[in-house]
Amino acid sequence: MLEILFSGFLFTAQIFITTLIGALPLGVIVALCRMSKFKPLALITRGYISIMRGTPLMLQLMAWAYGPYYLFGLSMGADWKFVACSIGFILNYAAYFAEIYRSGIQSIPKGQYEAASVLGYTRAQTFMKIVLPQVIKRILPAMGNEIITLVKDTSLAFVLGIMEMFSQAKALASSQVSMLPYLLAGAIYWVFNLVVEMALVRIEKKLSYYHD
Amino acid sequence: MQPIVKLEHAKKSFGDNEVLKDISLTVNKGDVLAIIGPSGGGKSTLLRCLTLLETLDAGDLSYGDLEVTKTDASGKAVYGGKDVLKQARTKFGLVFQNFNLFPHYTVIKNVTDAPINVQKRDKAEALAAGRALLEKMGLAEKEDMVPCELSGGQQQRVAIARALAMNPDVLFFDEPTSALDPELTQDVLKVIRELAAEKMTMVIVTHEMNFARDVADYLIFMDGGVIVEQGRAEDVINNPQQERTRAFLSKYEEE
Ligand SMILES: Nc1ncnc2c1ncn2[C@@H]1O[C@H](COP(=O)(O)OP(=O)(O)OP(=O)(O)O)[C@@H](O)[C@H]1O
Ligand SMILES: [Mg+2]
Repeated sequence: MLEILFSGFLFTAQIFITTLIGALPLGVIVALCRMSKFKPLALITRGYISIMRGTPLMLQLMAWAYGPYYLFGLSMGADWKFVACSIGFILNYAAYFAEIYRSGIQSIPKGQYEAASVLGYTRAQTFMKIVLPQVIKRILPAMGNEIITLVKDTSLAFVLGIMEMFSQAKALASSQVSMLPYLLAGAIYWVFNLVVEMALVRIEKKLSYYHD
Repeated sequence: MQPIVKLEHAKKSFGDNEVLKDISLTVNKGDVLAIIGPSGGGKSTLLRCLTLLETLDAGDLSYGDLEVTKTDASGKAVYGGKDVLKQARTKFGLVFQNFNLFPHYTVIKNVTDAPINVQKRDKAEALAAGRALLEKMGLAEKEDMVPCELSGGQQQRVAIARALAMNPDVLFFDEPTSALDPELTQDVLKVIRELAAEKMTMVIVTHEMNFARDVADYLIFMDGGVIVEQGRAEDVINNPQQERTRAFLSKYEEE
């Protein structure tokens, strides 16, 4: 039974990692678009964030998975559900991350930009070298919350028939008429989150060499 | 010889608030110019326009033979292109009232990062130059600390070193000691005095009248967006000609 759950856990971990790799950088770009002085871009981005945060992730996943067929009659092949799952998670989490980045970016004092400007840093250098590192430290607690939620949200992939850990637990439970698979799966999610929290604490420690 | 800074007929408003009304000034190589005046008089705005943190509405500004902005026929300031602004920023440094050090960088990185990544100087050379500057500021032991581990006076001296590391032609100071406790003020003023003795070209906005008199060659008294009085620093402070200057200075004597 553990073997089957672990095979599901591999999918769970894969969704988790793919989402972070995609959404952490994408969130920065979305945040910058959201704050753009070019109004149409800011407005479109705002709409995107609003929809992503205002509708259930489960519904979004289904839209990506089945939308191509229902809307355009396209049959996407057996592997599409994995792609749809990645798109759904990344775009959804990028929206949440973007709002966190935005609050962090806005909390950086103007003087930092002014000092950088006088020293001749380009805008890109100012953002990458001066602003973003400070933002990361400031938003780490809020990011941590989202990342822990993500661990649990990976179970939503079950609606696409992806055999991640929750789906496996469900299948085992009904075939064996037992609560045990659910209990074990729950324990594995919990341990996974403990590991994530430990990683977050380590990063926080690493960034605690200064305070502002 | 070309002046280091030349500003003519500068005007700047924020909405209806006319903050700079026809300001002209010239700074020659090796000069120390002090700017004094009451709060809200436009001193910071003037420095911010000179350091390109704000744009002038009208006026001509040049650094050496680099023309940064020129008033066109309609009376509007027209700035040079990106290249001009980029080049202009190599000409000056600015020391802020509240330091604005980069909190996530160590002291030495604060001082050497821009020389290495903006000026593209050799790392070893920039590091050696940075260390020499820190030594001069009396901060040789602090290079691996981060700003939050330093006192305000030490932070301000790091900020001065950071500005000097870019080898600017002129260094602007906006009330460099106003955020400091009185006992820390002297360390910073001493460093600025030493720079003056080395003939560093400087423009200093300050409320320290004795310091201004001692260290500055020239002095401008600004109020309400105009230069009310200017001249040799000693003359203006010891023997002001304008009623407004006298009233302002007498407030400081009472203290
Ligand atoms: N960004 C801004 N937007 C609007 N008004 C501004 C801005 N910056 C400055 N002002 C206004 O310009 C005027 C001059 O301000 P400034 O900071 O230049 O004065 P100051 O001489 O430096 O005063 P202090 O001695 O208090 O530093 C003030 O009335 C201020 O409210
Ligand atoms: Mg000021």
